[in-house]
Amino acid sequence: MNVDVQTLIPLFVAVPLGMSLLVQLLARHRHVLAEVLTIITLLLLALMSCYSVGHSGIYHLGGWPTPVGIDMRLDALATLLLLAVNIVGLAVSLYSVDYMRRFTARSHFHSLFLLMVTGMNGVILAGDLFNLYVFLEVAAIASYSLVAFGCAHEELEASFKYIVLGSLSSALILTGVALVYGITGTLNLAYIAARIAETGRDTPLLLAFGLFICGFSFKAALVPFHAWLPDAHPAAPAPVSAMLSGVLIKAIGVYVLARLAFNVFGITDNELSLLRWLGLLSMVAGGLLATGQKDIKRLFAYSSISQVGFMVLGLGLGTPLGLVGGLYHLVNHAFFKSLLFLNAGSVEYATGTRKLKHLGGLNRQLPVTAATSLVGSMSIAGIPPFSGFWSKLIIVLACIESGYYGFATAAVLVSIVTLAYQLKVQRMAFFSALPETLKGLRREPPMMAVAMILLALGCIALSFAVLTGLREPWLISAAQQILTAGIFGD
Amino acid sequence: MIYSLCLLLILIGLYGVVVSRQTLKIVISLLIMNHGVHLLLLLIGYREAGSPPIVDPSISIAEFAAGAVDPLPQALVLTSIVIGLGVLALMVALCVRLYERYGTFDVTEIRRLRG
Repeated sequence: MNVDVQTLIPLFVAVPLGMSLLVQLLARHRHVLAEVLTIITLLLLALMSCYSVGHSGIYHLGGWPTPVGIDMRLDALATLLLLAVNIVGLAVSLYSVDYMRRFTARSHFHSLFLLMVTGMNGVILAGDLFNLYVFLEVAAIASYSLVAFGCAHEELEASFKYIVLGSLSSALILTGVALVYGITGTLNLAYIAARIAETGRDTPLLLAFGLFICGFSFKAALVPFHAWLPDAHPAAPAPVSAMLSGVLIKAIGVYVLARLAFNVFGITDNELSLLRWLGLLSMVAGGLLATGQKDIKRLFAYSSISQVGFMVLGLGLGTPLGLVGGLYHLVNHAFFKSLLFLNAGSVEYATGTRKLKHLGGLNRQLPVTAATSLVGSMSIAGIPPFSGFWSKLIIVLACIESGYYGFATAAVLVSIVTLAYQLKVQRMAFFSALPETLKGLRREPPMMAVAMILLALGCIALSFAVLTGLREPWLISAAQQILTAGIFGD
Repeated sequence: MIYSLCLLLILIGLYGVVVSRQTLKIVISLLIMNHGVHLLLLLIGYREAGSPPIVDPSISIAEFAAGAVDPLPQALVLTSIVIGLGVLALMVALCVRLYERYGTFDVTEIRRLRG
């Protein structure tokens, strides 16, 4: 079968968007149909993103040529993100079949979930600044309502916090968009980049770039802007937490930051050092705060902040090796963090609690959860030969290569902290003695087990990416070349 | 000059978000801030004594382009207002649900999450 990849590009947005409406029309009260439709959609999207590996192209919406119409562009970096979003999405849609049985109005969950995927795919493929903003809002609105899905005290409170800070950051981003349009007279990313390359960056553009850095750091939950994440991510139902922590903060945060910084605005040394310090701060603060947590999902949420710090540190080095490390860690984190959140969900599903001190000895009771969470923990803690080890190794090596020994030391120390809090989870939840209250638990339902095994296999498969060389891991190196190529060509 | 009024509106909104204790007041402040940004966008496309951006066949395209208001920011603002409406509806719904659960609009009393 030979499909032109050009025709696939709009489908990444159109298919989930159409399906989310179809679910409401056809399957509002037929939960099984809603589940089947969601899984088929995500399966299709995952296959499409696998197919688009190695391809690139620009799709002109409605056939209008570039300066007039709207562009969507697919390149190696976008493909990498699409793979992460849609494969994690597939696992999450499988998982939610069993997990979401406790909730009413499940068809709404499936619609919102598909809308969130639409938004993320749209952001990744957007070729102009305003569409990027629109899709970002689509993903954000869906995630606000998904965080509040349970409608209990904590969930509403977390969602309100999230929506206020999210709207604030969106307003900053929109101001940036307005400034960029006012100065360059165009919204197309490639044209803005060409204009900046031609005439340099005047002060208002610098202000716009600053607004984008603040706005997208909010979305990526870098440390001074992180206050919403530790509330919002644990409050959501587990499949949603997995999507939020696993891919949302990257697709609408780190990815856009990298895209704008390297391909559009052309980042300078001062700005790179800003990114490095933001990364360092998130890495250290997130890691230290995670160690003290008693709630398993809250611990993972703080750990997400810390791991995003690693990615931004890698990107902030600006060298090819640093970018490879940052992007590799981004994909790895998408898989192991969503896996860990699904594990936490499975523990909560079986035991009804997320408090670590009430758990224990679950490796006999929930064998699949225990085994996959071991894979996830070892990956995130950076135990060789798991994937997290390679990406962290590359980031540390890149720091040393650029002569930043302090950053390298901090990265190594934070990985040790990561190991410490992951061991805490493993010991307190899975390996200690089984409390009386938890005897005779039922095993995890089959679909949940399948989803966790799928993600664990993904984690293991990612560690093989490094076989093609530490400097040019498979898939990631192509994405890195897009970033180092600097400003977009036509 | 007129741009600084937009900035003022944005800052009033920001001040309201930071200082207000009532959830609904925070929502209103966000709305003010958002509309400050919308006005900024509109002003960027504005041209003093410009003609409406509707092509008039009696004048040449170049002449028309030199005299007309830029229509693109207007389209952007319309889109953004619709998005803002969606977010606003969701925020107000959240406020109502929060009131049902906690019996208050006061954010200092809505704090079960910590740590």
